[in-house]
Amino acid sequence: MTPQIVVENLSKTFMIAERDPGAWGAVRGLFHRRYRAVRALDGISFALEPGELVGYIGPNGAGKSTTVKILAGIMVPEGGRCEVLGRVPWDHRIANAREIGVVFGQRTQLWWDLPVIESFDLLRDIYRVPPDQHRRTRDEMVDMFDLGPLLDVPVRQLSLGQRMRCELAASLLHRPAILYLDEPTIGLDATSKLAVRELVRRLNREQGVTVILTTHDMDDIEALCHRVILINKGRILCDGTLGQLRARVSNERWLIVDLVDAEAVIDDPDVRVARRDDGRLCLRFDPERVSAMELISRVAAKHPLRDLYVENPPIEEVIARIYDQEQR
Amino acid sequence: MLDSVRLYLRYVVTSVRSQMQYRASFIMLSFGHFLSTGTEFLGVWALFDRFGSVRGWALPEVAVFYGMVNIAFAISEAAARGFDTFEALIKSGEFDRYLLRPRSTALQVAVREFQIMRIGRLCQGVIALVAGSLAVDVAWTPGRVALLMAAIAGGACLFSGLFVLQATMAFWTTESLEIMNTVTYGGVETAQYPLTLYREWFRHFFTFVIPLACISYFPAQAILGRADVLGSPTWFQWLSPLVGVGFLAVALRVWRFGERHYRSTGS
Repeated sequence: MTPQIVVENLSKTFMIAERDPGAWGAVRGLFHRRYRAVRALDGISFALEPGELVGYIGPNGAGKSTTVKILAGIMVPEGGRCEVLGRVPWDHRIANAREIGVVFGQRTQLWWDLPVIESFDLLRDIYRVPPDQHRRTRDEMVDMFDLGPLLDVPVRQLSLGQRMRCELAASLLHRPAILYLDEPTIGLDATSKLAVRELVRRLNREQGVTVILTTHDMDDIEALCHRVILINKGRILCDGTLGQLRARVSNERWLIVDLVDAEAVIDDPDVRVARRDDGRLCLRFDPERVSAMELISRVAAKHPLRDLYVENPPIEEVIARIYDQEQR
Repeated sequence: MLDSVRLYLRYVVTSVRSQMQYRASFIMLSFGHFLSTGTEFLGVWALFDRFGSVRGWALPEVAVFYGMVNIAFAISEAAARGFDTFEALIKSGEFDRYLLRPRSTALQVAVREFQIMRIGRLCQGVIALVAGSLAVDVAWTPGRVALLMAAIAGGACLFSGLFVLQATMAFWTTESLEIMNTVTYGGVETAQYPLTLYREWFRHFFTFVIPLACISYFPAQAILGRADVLGSPTWFQWLSPLVGVGFLAVALRVWRFGERHYRSTGS
């Protein structure tokens, strides 16, 4: 398969106008501006196959939205190469826009005062979707996203979760091959989050839509993404599966045990006690030195256990450590 | 092109419908608009009531100018109002959403907010135009009616072009754009009076730089059937509304240039 999106050595610098403090500084700023260069992207490269679902993550200001803006054709980079579906997006903004869908969690693409259905109709005209094709896609989306009861409600009266379902549907009405999702679960309650995740998963699996997901919610990433691209300060720190990401930091796993005797002390050369919460202990171990099975039987032989389970360190921690390594 | 017109009209219908949700507010705003533009005309009336006529121009003739200019301005205020408040879109970053859609940004910005309440100024203009032309007894021929329509259309294009230029500046800076209002709103006030009242450099400015005279003074000469004291040829008076269309075309080119600049610097 040929890649759908190719990004090579992309770079972008912003010039931020600086102003001296105080009234005099404001006056001087009118005549003489000083600029500070901020490197937003510093040689980003990756390629995406059709149908991938990629998590694009990094702290605020890492360059996530700059990348998405360039891929969407609304920003011109200063260096590097980029092709989306064989086109240079910023040279063909309109042709590119017809084949992508974009959802910003914090902004709406619907018309605030209009019922949802009218926003959908306007989008049909904006994207020049033939009426019968529009009807088919719309009905399919209404079905899939369970929008039936919402269609006649003005957008401003929708709850955030309802609105996000409508936003997703709206971004898909012109049947884009690629979907950019920017913080789609931000501010949603737990149930809505699960619903949105499930929808994104189905879109990707059943419709084969390529998805680039930027988010701060690591649960989104763990629930959805096989591949993660981690960036910081305009550079890619890591590009691979979640497993590879973990392996980069350590292979550490956690054994959580509930002891019958809450006061008992575990002393084993292969574990570090990370946390203690009454009788519940979190034991960190390296599976290369000791297997989980062996460790469990060793611990259970000495201490009566009420319950136990093994888990991976949360992805937040893994990422925090990668950033830490980078700082040093 | 035809498709864009269709989309424009759809936007307008939708926008009007959502404004009609607040019917009382619509009626009061329109009426307020009618009154506030009406006081402008009171000023004109007071001037001529005091002096009878100014440099050979009597009140009814000036009412014709006033009507033409205000009808044109009301149309462009309703149709291109989105440009007037454009800098807010840049400041909030909302403009990105427009760039994400497969349509020209100018079209989307223009219809962002179709202000139906501008009908207040429109009524004002129609009343002044009808009253003025009845009083001077204009000999309406089909050609003159067509010229009037062309002048109004050209005027709407010209004012829209000014709104576009004003908005385009926001691609470079979002500070102190109010200064442009002196050209748009000031232009309306200026064009309400015959050009001969002004000094020469001022006349030249409004003929060659911002060609307001081409959509009011010159076509009005032909409609009123007067011989122009400035000596403009008749053919020019008949063709001058086209200058307004040209002005809008140039403004839209500048807009595209500004958009490209904005996408490269991306502030």
